[in-house]
Amino acid sequence: MTDKTQVAETQHENAALLPPVDVIEDANGITLYADLPGVPKDKLSLQIEADTLTIEGDMLLNTPEDLKASHAEVGLPRYRRAFTLSKELDSEKVSAEFRDGVLKLRIPKAAHAQARKIAIQAA
Amino acid sequence: MLYRTLFPRDLFAEMDRLQRALRHQALDLSPSIRGMTHGFPAMNVGSTPRSVEVYAFVPGIEPDSLDVQIEKGVLTISGERKAEDVPEQAAVHTDERFAGRFRRVVSLPDDVDANSASARYGDGVLTISVGRREASRPRRITIQ
Repeated sequence: MTDKTQVAETQHENAALLPPVDVIEDANGITLYADLPGVPKDKLSLQIEADTLTIEGDMLLNTPEDLKASHAEVGLPRYRRAFTLSKELDSEKVSAEFRDGVLKLRIPKAAHAQARKIAIQAA
Repeated sequence: MLYRTLFPRDLFAEMDRLQRALRHQALDLSPSIRGMTHGFPAMNVGSTPRSVEVYAFVPGIEPDSLDVQIEKGVLTISGERKAEDVPEQAAVHTDERFAGRFRRVVSLPDDVDANSASARYGDGVLTISVGRREASRPRRITIQ
């Protein structure tokens, strides 16, 4: 799984934050956790096209109308990050959970790519 | 230490830094929200004539495990975020998300009323609203 988020964004209005992720691989697949605070469930979009997984989310903060920002560390209202999935991953069977701004994605390995123990027979 | 206090005398330096940060983000050169120079959680602060609003970006936490205190005009947010369980014999390829204890401190303006503070947690964002004292709100003065 390779990170291929574009460093130089061509369109400024599309500029987005890079959500931090944890990627853990075990014998049966990959688990990805991403932090997307401020994104409600219906504003999160997950897309798999060819071998590219794209995570996108729009923040929705209920700010008062007359709010004047005085200090901002989160300066953009959008997250985006894309990953390339390798061939042994089964993109048809991806499952996702999203709770309190944390996305958990499970991408299983295709059956033929799962680790198997090979029994050694005595000669 | 991963937290920083926002001293009033840092205002100009802070504005400079903010401008730089915004410029960078507009160009998407460094769009990370990890912001290790600030620590976890990332925070936005703003104000209205009636209140001061603080947004702390703390995803994946039980609201009960957050501790929010206001003492002598200083707002402290602390808590702990647990690391995800890693099964045995699993490989961790990327480990960018914050885990562990955290604490951040913000000094509030003088005219806030700590008793009127309220906090709510949703979608991974802790929003704290602290009301301003009635006496300090803008008033129109009638000319006699």
